[in-house]
Amino acid sequence: MCLGIPGLVTEVEQEDGLRVGTVDFGGVRKRVCLAYAPEASAGDYVIVHVGFAISVVDAAEAQRTLAVLRAMGDVLDQELGP
Amino acid sequence: MKYLDEYRDPELARLLLAELRRVTTRPWTLMEVCGGQTNTIVRQGIDELLPGGIRMIHGPGCPVCVTPLEVLDRAMAIAQTPGTILTSFGDMLRVPGSRTDLLALRARGADVRIVYSPMDAVTLARDNPDRQVVFLAVGFETTAPANAMAVLHAATLGLTNFSVLVSHVLVPPAMTAVLRAPGCQVQGFLAAGHVCAVMGWTEYEPMAAEFRVPIVVTGFEPLDLLEGILMAVRQLEQGRHEVENQYARAVRRDGNTAARAAIRRVFRVTDRTWRGIGAIPDSGLALTDEFAAFDARRRFDVGRLVVREHPDCVAGDILTGAKTPLDCAAYGTACTPRTPLGAPMVSAEGTCAAYHNAGRRREDRHASR
Ligand code: SF4
Repeated sequence: MCLGIPGLVTEVEQEDGLRVGTVDFGGVRKRVCLAYAPEASAGDYVIVHVGFAISVVDAAEAQRTLAVLRAMGDVLDQELGP
Repeated sequence: MKYLDEYRDPELARLLLAELRRVTTRPWTLMEVCGGQTNTIVRQGIDELLPGGIRMIHGPGCPVCVTPLEVLDRAMAIAQTPGTILTSFGDMLRVPGSRTDLLALRARGADVRIVYSPMDAVTLARDNPDRQVVFLAVGFETTAPANAMAVLHAATLGLTNFSVLVSHVLVPPAMTAVLRAPGCQVQGFLAAGHVCAVMGWTEYEPMAAEFRVPIVVTGFEPLDLLEGILMAVRQLEQGRHEVENQYARAVRRDGNTAARAAIRRVFRVTDRTWRGIGAIPDSGLALTDEFAAFDARRRFDVGRLVVREHPDCVAGDILTGAKTPLDCAAYGTACTPRTPLGAPMVSAEGTCAAYHNAGRRREDRHASR
């Protein structure tokens, strides 16, 4: 139950006074409540838990984390030699 | 899938392991709090790839595992009340209660339904005005905003046939209980990334300072976990004990303010008994008086419940990290995912189920140490 996964917001609308959206998880589409992601719009990635977006993925931070990891390779290469 | 595959890159994982080997000079013991992280660690064998001396203790962060027996027995009693529909997340159905489980009750005719979101239970109540719909509202801070919204939405719709059986648990008090336990071996924590996505990490700052433990907010993919472990070990090696955020793409310092506001409105903090662990002060959420009308405990009088754990199950020791499943005599024999004796063998987040699904055997116990 507790496994949250990232998905792509494809549509946003109002339903019964709540912000809801369609989120695509690698081809599987689900209706997701966006009440806690007021800033999310189509094209954003959100982390979804039990039908609710609890966080909008920060694309710049995601890139930065990967860049830090890749840069570590260069440092290690120098450190450890060929 | 974006934000998943790229955090599973084996080449980067090798780099992280090499860096970890380079910075580690002594043995260290860390705890990953969340069952989702335990699942990744065991499934990918990350604990077996770590440099010698770095040990991962699996924490109590499996919501299915810590939901008290009394709550399960109560849910089952409610499910047997004529005219009710009991709804729950799918992985609660096979959790053994004192005498039976919800799946077995359903086979005997009780109307027990699996929902993906608590909002589905609200819809069910609206579509079935002549039935009482009850949602078993369990989980950590990650499911609390969803359950809060279900109650708020039912109130907006004016539903009188919807109620929730609430047994929410909170992570920081459980971490404090782990640190206070006599003989605690944990020297650093990987905090649960999605709990922090909701709540932020300010609650952990006094804990890191008081107990002098590094706490690293960590994600759920293999690279996240390896980087979280590396950040915690670096702190330990340097004598630091701070809160750091490995999972910056999803977690901000103050968490999700809208979700926190909804939790505060619908729930209040209360003492809570954790299955297998016992009572922990201020470690749970219950409905506030404003929403007491939605409390299934008040709506259904099921009389006195006598609870009983299976005598062979050592789930309490598993949840506190005192034992691994390989230390349990029932593991893999009397207790399997198809015939669970205890809750940790049920969901993918339970340590016993994670071990079993990864094919770990009792015979290999010493080899993996
Ligand atoms: S293996 Fe089964 S019986 Fe043993 S502790 Fe885990 S759940 Fe309980």
